[in-house]
Amino acid sequence: MKILVALKQVPDTETKIKVAADGRSLDPADVKWITSPYDEYALEEAIRTKEAKGAEVVALSVGGDSAKDVLKNALALGADSAVLLRGDGQGDAYAVAQIIAGYARDKGFDLILCGNKGLGGDNAAMGPMLAELLGVAQANVIVMLELGEGTFKAERETEGGSEIVAGNLPAVITAQKGLNEPRYASLKGIMAAKKKTIEEVDAVAVTVGTQTIALALPPERPAGRKLEGDAAAQATALLQALKDEAKVF
Amino acid sequence: MILVFCELKDGQIRKPSAEALSEGRRLADAAGKQLGALFAGASCTGAAEAAKYGADVILTAEGTSLASYSSDAYATVIADAVKAKGATVLLAAATAVGKDMAPRAAARLGAGYASDVTGLSIVDGKLQALRPVYAGKAFATTSFASAVQVATTRPNVFAAAEKASAGTMEALAAPTGDFKSVVREILAKASGKVDLAEANVIVSGGRGMKDGANFKILEELADAIGGVVGASRAAVDAGWGLPHSMQVGQTGKVVSPTLYIACGISGAIQHIAGMSGSKFIVAINKDPEAPIFKLANYGIVGDLFEVVPELTKAAKALGIGSN
Repeated sequence: MKILVALKQVPDTETKIKVAADGRSLDPADVKWITSPYDEYALEEAIRTKEAKGAEVVALSVGGDSAKDVLKNALALGADSAVLLRGDGQGDAYAVAQIIAGYARDKGFDLILCGNKGLGGDNAAMGPMLAELLGVAQANVIVMLELGEGTFKAERETEGGSEIVAGNLPAVITAQKGLNEPRYASLKGIMAAKKKTIEEVDAVAVTVGTQTIALALPPERPAGRKLEGDAAAQATALLQALKDEAKVF
Repeated sequence: MILVFCELKDGQIRKPSAEALSEGRRLADAAGKQLGALFAGASCTGAAEAAKYGADVILTAEGTSLASYSSDAYATVIADAVKAKGATVLLAAATAVGKDMAPRAAARLGAGYASDVTGLSIVDGKLQALRPVYAGKAFATTSFASAVQVATTRPNVFAAAEKASAGTMEALAAPTGDFKSVVREILAKASGKVDLAEANVIVSGGRGMKDGANFKILEELADAIGGVVGASRAAVDAGWGLPHSMQVGQTGKVVSPTLYIACGISGAIQHIAGMSGSKFIVAINKDPEAPIFKLANYGIVGDLFEVVPELTKAAKALGIGSN
């Protein structure tokens, strides 16, 4: 079995967002970059599959030199090889899906794993778009995955519950928190990763579907007020305020 | 035409779909276009209700091949309808189905896609979307480079407004053939409560809850005021047996209810990112310096184990309830 894991480098969740001088992108100063957490579940699932049934795991990222950190980490965790699709990494989900499809189309991957969304962009679109461009099955927001002979069964999170999606491989599966508990890299893995090289391929030319023309911080919330008194008085005052001022009830 | 994909539940249009339809009507008026509502399933009984929300045309694709949700079957119906009607804008609610199907349909149509949008407008004849990024820490204004423009609307943000239109019914053919992946089984939660992403009122607990069993008092308050219960990452990761599906925050659900009551939640950036879009925020915390108070419309400095049961009691006494 041949598994491709698509990984994205994103700002850490604790990042305080600042808008760059161009008014439409993130100011990269002081940003700590990490592998998108949902992609970590995808990578862990690929490595577990390799350990359980044997598989070749290829880690992939789209971007520039800094994206190599994500790939080095993937190699340390157990990916067999890593590919950097060299591009500016600025395109939308549709552009990235075309870049990855352009690379993956004739490589014979049985399974493509990635996060259900890239942290930050929050599009939740690249996976399904990639599945469509490759003409394969998809299952998104997955918390359980079972692989059979040329088939898969996956539990997908939905509103107020979950559902079982079944289909044929190849497939694009996007991971959700709860799928597994990602491991930390071992010293042995880190040392072994240092000997591996990252293959670099120029990204294919693509068309973008959307462009960000402005990025802005949310408006400040109006100052609130504290409710005084004992617990019973506070409770009554709150419900009255929600009813009369906020008109929530 | 502006086409809106709608979901039915028990023969009624789901609320997030009604919201998308209403927004579609507003955009159709702004662009001088017709509004189409599109339904797919084994049965589309109830689709006629779309006229109430302003649909000029109601398209229904009924067939056994659509009985279970399949991303490629649904994407086929939707993409074919867009092409047949020459629609330039396709909307759906950002529900589990909408978020699964819309990007696939967009890729098939060679269309740009904006997900989970909180604002839409027509600028120079083209769609423009406002969408939260970094889980709401910032907002991106998105323009489309493609002829067809696809967006999913965040539940609870757009108003479902009634505006009667003709609603001429038109049947579409259901797709046939083998589908690449199909939903085989629905594993619904026993509670049958609404999802956090669609909830109007959320009562959420954090590290200050001290134990998973203590969430019972939040359940009682939620039941009294017609809400659902959420949790912070600290609470979900604490090993209290709370499911990940309860988590509100940047790596959990991003929610925008009318009312969010944060109990024993300090207000880490990662949590705030997931709930700062709430219309009204209430914070209950014994630490007066907790960052959550900076966001709160109403703050209660106190012991949540005293305040929450008092709220439940007072809500029952005042006969309060929502949803």
